[in-house]
Amino acid sequence: MALRVTDLKVHYRTRRGEVKALDGVTFSVADGEIMGLAGESGSGKSTLGKSLIRLDSRMRHVGGTVELDGTVVPVTDKRRMNAFRFHKISIIPQYSMSALNPTRKIGRMVGELLASRGVRLETAELERRLELVGLSAEVLGRYPIELSGGMKQRVVMVVSTLLNPSLLIADEVTSALDVSTQKAVARTLLGLRDGGLVGSMIVVTHDISLVYQIADTIMVMYGGRLAEKAPADAVATSPRHPYTRALISSLPEAGVRHADKRLQGIPGSPPALLDPPPGCRFRDRCPLAFERCAEQPPFAEVAPDHFVACWKAM
Amino acid sequence: MAEDVLLRLDRVSKVYKVGAFGGRELAAVSDVGFEVRRGEVVSLIGESGSGKSTLARMILRLTSVSGGTITFDGTDVSTLGRSYYRQVQGVFQDPFSSFNPIFPADRVLTMIRDQFFPRAAGWSERVAAALEDVRLDPGQVLGKYPHQLSGGQLQRLLIARALLLDIRLLVADEITSMLDASTRIDVLNLLADLKARGLGVLFVTHDLSLGTYVSDRTVVLRQGRVVESGPTTQIFERPEHPYTRNLLASVPRLGAKWADEAAPTGLPDGTPVVTADGTGNATGNVATHVTEEKA
Ligand SMILES: Nc1ncnc2c1ncn2[C@@H]1O[C@H](COP(=O)(O)OP(=O)(O)OP(=O)(O)O)[C@@H](O)[C@H]1O
Ligand SMILES: Nc1ncnc2c1ncn2[C@@H]1O[C@H](COP(=O)(O)OP(=O)(O)OP(=O)(O)O)[C@@H](O)[C@H]1O
Ligand code: SF4
Ligand SMILES: [Mg+2]
Ligand SMILES: [Mg+2]
Repeated sequence: MALRVTDLKVHYRTRRGEVKALDGVTFSVADGEIMGLAGESGSGKSTLGKSLIRLDSRMRHVGGTVELDGTVVPVTDKRRMNAFRFHKISIIPQYSMSALNPTRKIGRMVGELLASRGVRLETAELERRLELVGLSAEVLGRYPIELSGGMKQRVVMVVSTLLNPSLLIADEVTSALDVSTQKAVARTLLGLRDGGLVGSMIVVTHDISLVYQIADTIMVMYGGRLAEKAPADAVATSPRHPYTRALISSLPEAGVRHADKRLQGIPGSPPALLDPPPGCRFRDRCPLAFERCAEQPPFAEVAPDHFVACWKAM
Repeated sequence: MAEDVLLRLDRVSKVYKVGAFGGRELAAVSDVGFEVRRGEVVSLIGESGSGKSTLARMILRLTSVSGGTITFDGTDVSTLGRSYYRQVQGVFQDPFSSFNPIFPADRVLTMIRDQFFPRAAGWSERVAAALEDVRLDPGQVLGKYPHQLSGGQLQRLLIARALLLDIRLLVADEITSMLDASTRIDVLNLLADLKARGLGVLFVTHDLSLGTYVSDRTVVLRQGRVVESGPTTQIFERPEHPYTRNLLASVPRLGAKWADEAAPTGLPDGTPVVTADGTGNATGNVATHVTEEKA
């Protein structure tokens, strides 16, 4: 088991109280597994990603543990985390492509980054890695604005995997790209795993159809908790959680037109995480809700490798 | 019917001056013509770098037009004053860049009041209605700082901002690309509702299936030129240009893997696409052009 997360709770401190963005999640990711992490905006996907690597000053670790390859990851201890960050666990943060320093050539930026981590890397090895993601060594002499979105995203991927992390968290790496570039970047992610540059991967995205293309498993979050985790095909063909089902039925099939068939989003809005209601977080939007849902459903294995947090799915 | 035409582009071009001393030229948009009528959604489709945003920015007068004319209600937009923005508003892909991190996010709404309706009565009711139109819960967004809201919440706030003005044309540039499926459908349905109210909508996207869902007519752009345009159903069912067919084939679908398709790379007719960045994506051009800018 590469990653094991147990009852992790991370809240944001705000003036009005604590935002319970990650409120007790338990799951694991196997060696070599690519797990897609989907869910609506604000469901806590990025918070989960960040919690595995470094809590920022607004985040408070309320409880729970993270284990990687059998070792406890000291997520709350900044100093001890340095041995893990980048080396064992690496993240491509959401919007990082636009955050590349515009005044530094790519090569210099990579050099500075490596120096700051006290690591050396042969130029030949760097070039091999660039080639693996379909970039020529020539990009090292370019500035970020001279690269297309897809190229920038691949530079970021190479940079975040220089030390062959056991776990890579890729947060929305395809969302700002066009369909054909998305395809190329998604395939690059696959190549990183298949080429042995990363162990397992969490691919965070709001686009479940896209992540389906490369993921072994898909985990769906809702309102700071887990709704479902299963092999990608099971999620696509036999989702068990009412939220996953609603999410999937709002995908336009090829050629569907509003004039002929008005697809439905999910009525209502997600719960406020400042003061979430007790019980199942999907309750006030769920067509199947019944009395029992006032109690929080456990995230239970309803079929092999298929976990669901819903009283109706058990 | 001519009187129904809200927006008309006639042989519009845009040339950017690039290179160290502006010595080189980059033709980002060439000879583009199309119309948006009242009560109509037109989708503008194309890969990254095809010139979609440049067109949107010209329509919104955020950048100058190098050639041709853009008219709104029959008047050249370059001659219109600030009142143009009461009728035409734009919403863009990256919602974060539209917010100042040091102010609460709803300041974008207050600014509309200050700029356009300083004495408006019942302002908070209007805000409440606009937020409801975009399905935001006032309690969850009002008074919050941008970093406390998610991308989807910020995006909907910007659409609500446009709705506070009684606009007639909305230019929506990739507004759904950061949204999840359910929110995305809500936003697309919202565009369809705006259309039913008589607004014209220019829906810019790289995803042909989203354009198909919501638009009446489609304009396909490649390297700044229109390669195909016409009724959306026709373009979806019988795309004529291989580029359009490739755009359609790249749309990811749940339950069908890209590898399952016949020609996964290159154009469906087998034409290999060779580009600078090797993605099979014409964006390669972006990179080479911009290199010149730094040269
Ligand atoms: N610094 C912060 N302070 C307070 N609340 C925050 C902060 N950052 C995020 N939140 C809140 O935490 C919740 C989860 O946010 P998160 O960014 O993890 O969502 P997400 O699933 O990644 O969304 P998106 O798809 O928009 O990226 C949201 O309700 C958000 O408003
Ligand atoms: N301010 C600028 N100066 C110079 N060149 C520019 C500028 N803005 C855009 N370009 C170039 O013009 C071309 C069209 O870019 P544009 O942003 O309009 O494309 P797009 O279709 O919106 O792409 P995307 O899907 O990536 O948003 C590209 O080659 C781009 O590099
Ligand atoms: S537990 Fe109840 S409210 Fe929650 S998803 Fe299942 S049926 Fe719906
Ligand atoms: Mg996020
Ligand atoms: Mg654009």
